[in-house]
Amino acid sequence: MTRIDTTFARLRAEGKKAFVAYIMAGDPDVETSLAVMQGMPGAGVDIIELGMPFTDPMADGPTVQLAGQRALEGGQTLAKTLDMVRAFREGDSETPIVMMGYYNPIYSRGVDVFLAEAKAAGIDGLIVVDLPPEEDDELCLPAQAAGLNFIRLATPTTDAKRLPKVLQNTSGFVYYVSITGITGAAAPQPADVAPDVARIKAATDLPVIVGFGITTPDAARGIAGIADGCVVGSAIVKEIGAGKPVAEVLAGIAALAAGAHAA
Amino acid sequence: MPDDLINSYMTGPDEQGRFGMFGGRFVSETLMPLILDLEARYEFAKTDPDFWAEMDWLWKHYVGRPSPLYYAERLTRHLGGAKIYMKRDELNHTGAHKINNVLGQIILARRMGKTRIIAETGAGQHGVATATVCAKFGLKCVVYMGAHDVERQAPNVFRMRLLGAEVVPVTSGRGTLKDAMNDALRDWVTNVRDTFYCIGTVAGPHPYPAMVRDFQSIIGKEVRWQLAEQEGEGRLPDTVIAAIGGGSNAMGLFYPFLDDPSVNIIGVEAGGKGVDDRMQHCASLTGGRPGVLHGNRTYLLQDPDGQILEGFSISAGLDYPGIGPEHAWLHDTKRAQYVSITDAEALEAFQLSCALEGIIPALEPSHALAHVMKIAPTLPADHIIVMNMCGRGDKDIFTVAKHLGFDMKI
Repeated sequence: MTRIDTTFARLRAEGKKAFVAYIMAGDPDVETSLAVMQGMPGAGVDIIELGMPFTDPMADGPTVQLAGQRALEGGQTLAKTLDMVRAFREGDSETPIVMMGYYNPIYSRGVDVFLAEAKAAGIDGLIVVDLPPEEDDELCLPAQAAGLNFIRLATPTTDAKRLPKVLQNTSGFVYYVSITGITGAAAPQPADVAPDVARIKAATDLPVIVGFGITTPDAARGIAGIADGCVVGSAIVKEIGAGKPVAEVLAGIAALAAGAHAA
Repeated sequence: MPDDLINSYMTGPDEQGRFGMFGGRFVSETLMPLILDLEARYEFAKTDPDFWAEMDWLWKHYVGRPSPLYYAERLTRHLGGAKIYMKRDELNHTGAHKINNVLGQIILARRMGKTRIIAETGAGQHGVATATVCAKFGLKCVVYMGAHDVERQAPNVFRMRLLGAEVVPVTSGRGTLKDAMNDALRDWVTNVRDTFYCIGTVAGPHPYPAMVRDFQSIIGKEVRWQLAEQEGEGRLPDTVIAAIGGGSNAMGLFYPFLDDPSVNIIGVEAGGKGVDDRMQHCASLTGGRPGVLHGNRTYLLQDPDGQILEGFSISAGLDYPGIGPEHAWLHDTKRAQYVSITDAEALEAFQLSCALEGIIPALEPSHALAHVMKIAPTLPADHIIVMNMCGRGDKDIFTVAKHLGFDMKI
């Protein structure tokens, strides 16, 4: 059982949907992003997705791209991101943290070294956008062996034939990408997404969380209502990018969380 | 007991799309089903006589193939050593080897029922080739090009627009070729159902590196029979040389010779201002290390934290921080040798080709020619070098004029 499994068990017992929130580590600097991170559980965030900046984020829209650039310009590295996680864990030993990003910085560090460091720092799961099931030997299987969840993305192009392959080595939860597109794109309609979520849920016991394009508390409620929860990323990152004070960013996150939890 | 198949360099990639440890399919899930579909369609087309009949007809009547294999007599005499041949792919329609591959991919896209073609381009040669073939077949074409390249390659931008393509200047990241590729991938992920991504080089997720190589291999196949025609039955080149950005013209020349051990294979990377720790070059093999970008594992220019660095070269067509995975493998297995040539050396070769052979080369093959200038004088007269003159220099005259201090306004 990872913290992710425990969290979903608790939410299920409470009859609540999960609210997952994304920020970019080191955006615009370590101090600010750590302060936001530390405030997230209090704002109602059930699972924190912590972005690892990369120079070439092929699956991300402009908002997350710029956040990564700000972080890198501020000198963010993988080591500093893990330092942030350690600092967070000093005050919070329960909120699950999922690191999200691209493979090259991990590959560059060395998979085994990275996994040992990530586990020790208090990371619970990984979402690595450019590692489909076809490349499971690279990181997915070693991560599971190291006791980390490997959370896979399922998408509208993942058809019935392919779904079992996508689900096979997934753990923690399934992240359903509600649109064909990049992060921060147009919002999906809950009614359009519901059949796909139902299709995935029929094939797995894992919780299904829906993300991409959710920007308002109402949308969070609508989408969480047809799944086990929802993810908001770009809408939060945009506030941080606009230079809003941490308290204001957290107030926005709290409103989104309230939306998801009202589902 | 030797087994030709096991000892062959020509059987890759494997089922995972790997050349040794390089290659693969490092893409998001949204694209994965499409890439598998593309692989299946390509596997079928590869052995479909109708597909190749269409290619051959267009290569002959639309592109102007076969391109000549030309004995550069004055250059040979000037350098005073090996006998130098140029494979004249700069004479193709649109002025470079790029169209060899574009035709193959567009025919495949049509067979897959795709109605919208996207492409990335650096110098603009692949963009122009894609826009050209899209115009011919009446397909919608969108070309992503780094904002910086849009500015320095204005004539090619205008050509693409004349041909009906939409050129999207890319300002994300640093606005270079790799960022153009990122934005093309973002477009593809968004419009995956009707859109075909026509990649311009032997990189990207499997099956692109193998597919682009196969389409470009027409270059090396022609060299085989053309050289035999001029030098006698069974005569193979002793050395084949080509410039490498992503490496498509080089793979096209090299591939048909991989299993001929007597053929020495040399790839020439762009050394920019010199391959040292200033990193002002694009020599991924000589100055980079293995990593994962744009769907494949290969040698990349990157910092210690795995962040990708910008390439630097006088030639916009070589300005990419990676290299095709098959080159990475040929490098590690030592079947091919990879060297680098600086901007200054390429400029010298550019001028020599103009002066001695009346051929204005693109800056990309000028790099290959510069290496020929280095080695030819050390080789005997019966040593045959074939270099790939993969593009013509019209697009580069402004850049060269600037470097030579020539005022184009006069």
